[in-house]
This record gives sequence, C-alpha cells and structure tokens, in this order.
Amino acid sequence: MKKKQTTIPFKGTQAQEEKLENLIAKNKDVPGALLPILQGAQEIYGYLPKEVIRIIALRMDKSISEVYGVASFYSQFNLSPKGEYAISICLGTACYVKGSGKIMEEFEKELGISSGETTPDGKFSLNDTRCIGACGLAPVCMINSDVYGRLVPADVKKILDKYR
Amino acid sequence: METVNIKINGRAYSVPKDSTVLEAARYAGVEIPTLCYLKDINEIGACRICLVEVVGARGLVTACVYPVNEGMEIYTNTPKVRESRRMNLELLLSAHNKQCLSCVRSTSCELQKLCHEYGVDETHFRGAMPESSVDESTAFLVRDNSKCILCRRCVAACRNLQEIGAIGTNDRGFDTHIAAAFEKNLADTSCVGCGQCIVACPTGALHEKDDTQRVLDALADPTKHVAICTAPSIRATIGECFDYAPGTDVEGKMVAALKRLGFNGVYDMNLTADLTIVEEATELLERFQNGGVLPMITSCSPGWIKFCEHYFPDMTENLSTCKSPQQMFGAMYKTYYAQKMGIDPKDIFFVSAIPCTAKKFEVTRPDQSAAGVPDVDVAITTRELGRLIKTAGIKFRELPDEKFDAPFDIGSSAGAIFGATGGVMEAALRMAAEVILGKKLEKLDFEDVRGIAGIKRATYKLGDKVVRVAVASGTSNAKKLLNAVRSGEEKVDFIEIMCCPGGCVNGGGQPTQPASVRNTINLREVRAAVLYNDDRNADLRRSHENPAVDIIYKEYLGKPGSHKAHEILHTSYVKRGL
Repeated sequence: MKKKQTTIPFKGTQAQEEKLENLIAKNKDVPGALLPILQGAQEIYGYLPKEVIRIIALRMDKSISEVYGVASFYSQFNLSPKGEYAISICLGTACYVKGSGKIMEEFEKELGISSGETTPDGKFSLNDTRCIGACGLAPVCMINSDVYGRLVPADVKKILDKYR
Repeated sequence: METVNIKINGRAYSVPKDSTVLEAARYAGVEIPTLCYLKDINEIGACRICLVEVVGARGLVTACVYPVNEGMEIYTNTPKVRESRRMNLELLLSAHNKQCLSCVRSTSCELQKLCHEYGVDETHFRGAMPESSVDESTAFLVRDNSKCILCRRCVAACRNLQEIGAIGTNDRGFDTHIAAAFEKNLADTSCVGCGQCIVACPTGALHEKDDTQRVLDALADPTKHVAICTAPSIRATIGECFDYAPGTDVEGKMVAALKRLGFNGVYDMNLTADLTIVEEATELLERFQNGGVLPMITSCSPGWIKFCEHYFPDMTENLSTCKSPQQMFGAMYKTYYAQKMGIDPKDIFFVSAIPCTAKKFEVTRPDQSAAGVPDVDVAITTRELGRLIKTAGIKFRELPDEKFDAPFDIGSSAGAIFGATGGVMEAALRMAAEVILGKKLEKLDFEDVRGIAGIKRATYKLGDKVVRVAVASGTSNAKKLLNAVRSGEEKVDFIEIMCCPGGCVNGGGQPTQPASVRNTINLREVRAAVLYNDDRNADLRRSHENPAVDIIYKEYLGKPGSHKAHEILHTSYVKRGL
C-alpha cells in the first residue's frame, strides 16, 4: 500500500522537540542508527511528521529523501497522526471470511480515507489489523477500546454517528 | 599488482585480485550485460541481468558485485544464464510501459537493446501494472515512472555522486517507486537541475523537457529573427549523437548543420565566455581592492547557483554577480546587436545550445531580461540539438566544415576551456595575472587547475600579491570545499565551481552513453581533451584580447564593470534554504 501524505498540521511541542534532539544526539554516530531514531521519534510524536523527518535528516547529514524512503518502507511507521478515534478493522482470517473486507470498504467510503490514513479534521484514523482474539464475534472492529462485533456494512454509519 | 588465476568460459586468465567477475570478464574480452550497475556509485546487484554461473556457487551470482578468487571458474553464456537473463527481462517488461515506438530513448535504451538481444517475449507475464505518474513540474526534466525499471541509477547519481538526494526510493514491494520525499513535485525540492539522473537513466523514464518544438515554431515564423549560440563543450560532444567516438571535435559540421536548419545567425558562445571572464576578473580585482566579499565564487553554472541558494544561502554574497555566458549572449544580442541592426528585441527569438538541463531553469529566472524581454528564449540540450538536426534530414557526417557568423564569431580558446572543470579559473587567471603584473605572461598554462580531480587547489604569487584559488566540480565536492571555507579551515580568494562532475563536458544535457561505455571510458577526460587541444593550437588564448569583446566595450558598454555592464551583464540571487 502506498503511504499517503497527511494534511493535518503538525502540533509538536517544545518538550517533544527536546526529546527528539536528545534521541538523535545520543544515537546519530552509531552505525545503522536511522531505524532506532525513527522508532524513538514515533514514540515521541505518535507518528512521523514531515517536520520530524526533516530534522532527523539534517542532524544525521542525510538527505530528506533517504530518511523518507526508510520511513515509507516499513509498515511499522505511520506518516499520519492517529485520530481522536482510532478505528481498527480486523482483517484476520476468521473476520475476513466473514466479510470484514466489505466492512473496511464501507468505513473507507464513509470517512473518505484509506486504511492507514486519518481524516483531515484529525477525528478518525483507520487501520487494518490482524486477529484481535474475538473470532466468535467476527467480523470485528475496535474504536479506541470499544469493540463492535457481527458487523454488516449497514452498521458502519450508525456506529460512526455515535462519535461524530 | 597481485593477481589470481581464473577460468572464464573454459579459458585461463590471470586477473587483478580485487576484481569483480564483471571486471575480470572485461579483461577476457567478454562484456557481461548490466542494467543497474554504475561504477563507483551504484554497485547494488539489484537488476539481476549480470547473472553468471560460477562453479561451486549456490545458484547464479551477480557479476557486478561478486569478487573473483583463485581458481574460480566462471561461465557467462550458458543456456541457464541466458534463460535467467531473459526471464528477468520479461519480468521487468511485465511492469514496463512498452510504448517504445515514440519513446525519446528508442534505439538508445539499454533495456530495449537487451530485450532485442535476448529475444524476449514482451507479453510472457501479464498482470497488474504499478500505479505511476509523470512529474513535469520543473522547467528542465520529465520523470515518467511508467518506464522506470527501479535500477536506482538516478537515485545514486543524485545521492552518491552529487550528494543532493532530491529523489529516493519510496514505499515497498509492488508500490516501490522513485520520487521526492513526501511525494513532492520535483520543482518543490532542492533539485538543482543538473540532469545527472537523466544521463544515468538506462531507459526513457527520465528525459529533459523537450523544447525543440518551440524552436521549430520560431524557425517557421517569418516575423521572428531566430539566432542560436552554442556553448563551448557542444562541439566536443554533439558528434556522439551522430555515432562519432566520444572526444571528436565537430565544430565545423555543427555550424554547417545549424545554418541548414535556417537560423538567422549562428554564433559561438566562446565570445561571451570571454566577456564573462573580463567582467568576472574585473569584479575579482575590484573585490581585492575595495575589501569586497571573498572568496569570490564563479557563477557560470546555473545548477551550482541553485545548489548554493539551497545549501549555502549564507554564501550567496560570495557569488560573482556576473550572468552566465549563455545569459550574457542573449542580453547582448537583444540590446547591443538589436539596436545596431535595428531589430525590435521582441522580434528576436534567441536559442542557446547547451550541455545542461539547469540552463532551462536559468532562462526562467528573474533579473535575466536586460532588454525587458527574457535574454534567452529557449535553451536546448546537446541531445535536443542532435534530434533537431536528425529530424530535419540533415546528413551531419556528410556536411562541410563551416564558420560561425560575424560579429559574434570570435572566441578565444580561454573561452573554449570553460567547458571543462578548471577552465573558467584558468581563463580568469590569465587575465587577472596580466592585470596585476601589468605585463604579458610568457606561459599561459595554469596546469594545477586542470584535470578531472574533484577538488584542485593552487597558490599563485603575482607580484607582491598572493592569490589562493580552488576549483571544485560536482556538488559533493563543492559541499566539501565550501564547508571548509565556511568553517575557516580553508583560506581561498577565488573559487570556481561547476555543478557537474568534470564540468560541462559531463553535463546533464550531454548525449547519453550506455553504462557499458560510462563504466569503461572516462568521458570527462576524452571530451575535455578536445577543448584543451583547441586551446593548445589557438592563436587567441586570452579572453581580454578578444577583439570582438573590445568592440563591444568600445561601442556599447564603456569599460569592464561599468554601470551599463552591470545593468546588462550582471544578476542577483535568492536565498532558498532547504
């Protein structure tokens, strides 16, 4: 899946930036430091904002494109912030054979974003996930810590309206 | 040299110990095909076209990165090798836009050539095509990823050779593609337009923005006065578009071809290279006298200018304010010449033929319109000029040698060597030395600043004045040198920087040569030799003695560095940052 670019404005704080600078200073001369620095940065910000990728590149004397290439390669890195409500759709085997693919499509249609993205207002983010251990309720989705089971596409709008 | 004994295709050879299989095969007179490999900058074994059999090795090995060892037995042309190469080509084609008939690289495409040689079936694997896009955001370059084979030669040219890294490899698997970070348009990045990615590309995925139609339209318009001038290095390289060996001087035929294309005037940019030297050396001497910003850095190379604006915005005051020879030519043509001949500058269509893609950007810059209209209307690369001549049906190789048109036909050989790294420095030194010393130099050769080394330094004692100079070509070398200057570690008075490694002879607008040539012939050296050969045999070797330059000052500009010269021949810069 191609990683989409977010339009949500960066809201980093001074404290986060200090943490980031410390993280880079501590690691940057270690061979192969880019990956742990990106992981640490994601822990600090919850995702990898453009501004952060730029700082990492400049401090490590790498091109921005090289750092972005690594960030966009690994599925563990998010380029969009998590929404206020993080929606995870289980695409594990049991849910999938019970039609969770259609549930995902419905969420994508309803929110106007693809899996891995966040709505421009920052309210909802959508991700696919593997088995969450509730196969008896398949197909399943989670919104933050709320679990919804035995879903049919028509449920999607009703569920979302609760959070809108 | 330590050697090892190996066998290639059953025959025994002794080859240098640290060779790769690819290099060893070359000693044995065997060319192993490659697509991704570019010597020194892209040795990643990714395309899997150079596969060979090595006795005892598990599976086929990639010759470009596999080292030889004592007793190794290599087979480069077995049925298994050929079948694997064909299969890999067919897999590449399964995701390739196969509209080859009208592709700009048709007949010079390295993929096409291999497919032809291996008799591939282009429909063997049918499936989904990766999503791809065309980036036409810049004035100088087009990237069409539907023709990209992900060899990463462009990324290596940008990141490893030039140390710019405007582009990289984004996403993974089937979605892998080459683009700028955050999927930005190239125009919104720190890309300097050097075009080294274009000459590295084996296919039609990258090419210059083609402006030949604009030239043809102007030539067909009876209301336009259409003139062209050719940069110093074009005479040394355009022959390659017509199957001459690299390093063949075809100045006479080039001029003859341009006259047959119907230009109203065909001129030699060596003239304004001389004019640049006179203005630039005057500026340097002035900065010496008046305590101006030093070191002064040359400003002929628009890729370098954009690099400086992005990466060293604090040093734009160090840049000479002189326009490049291309822009000076257009500016003089649309002011002085237009006035002299009674032509309205608006009716002039001025074309420059240059070895450079960044010049396409330069013509669009602000403060490059001395007559109120752009100094230069279109800048076309050596490759585009070759196509113009070919499609006009002109039989280049059969042309007689002809001469540039007056009054812009006199160029000194100091102007000619502009096309190679160190050339501008040497030309400027010839003038500055004679001005400072107040007498003629017996020996005009400043050999320390010649040659293809990335950074060259020299110190000259001129009377009681010591002048420290440095020359860098390729932006990676420029970065090294300027970092040292910025930190105070290096003390210099005058710096020449060319954006492309080796200077304009190796420019991003020069004819493409396949990796098999690039990896074995030093194009920078053989092409530059043409210019230095011209210089050795020339009568006029001093820019400041060019009689045409003299007339320009007498009739129009007054004296070097005058107010009028500044209005017409100088420009300004912006601080871009990253």
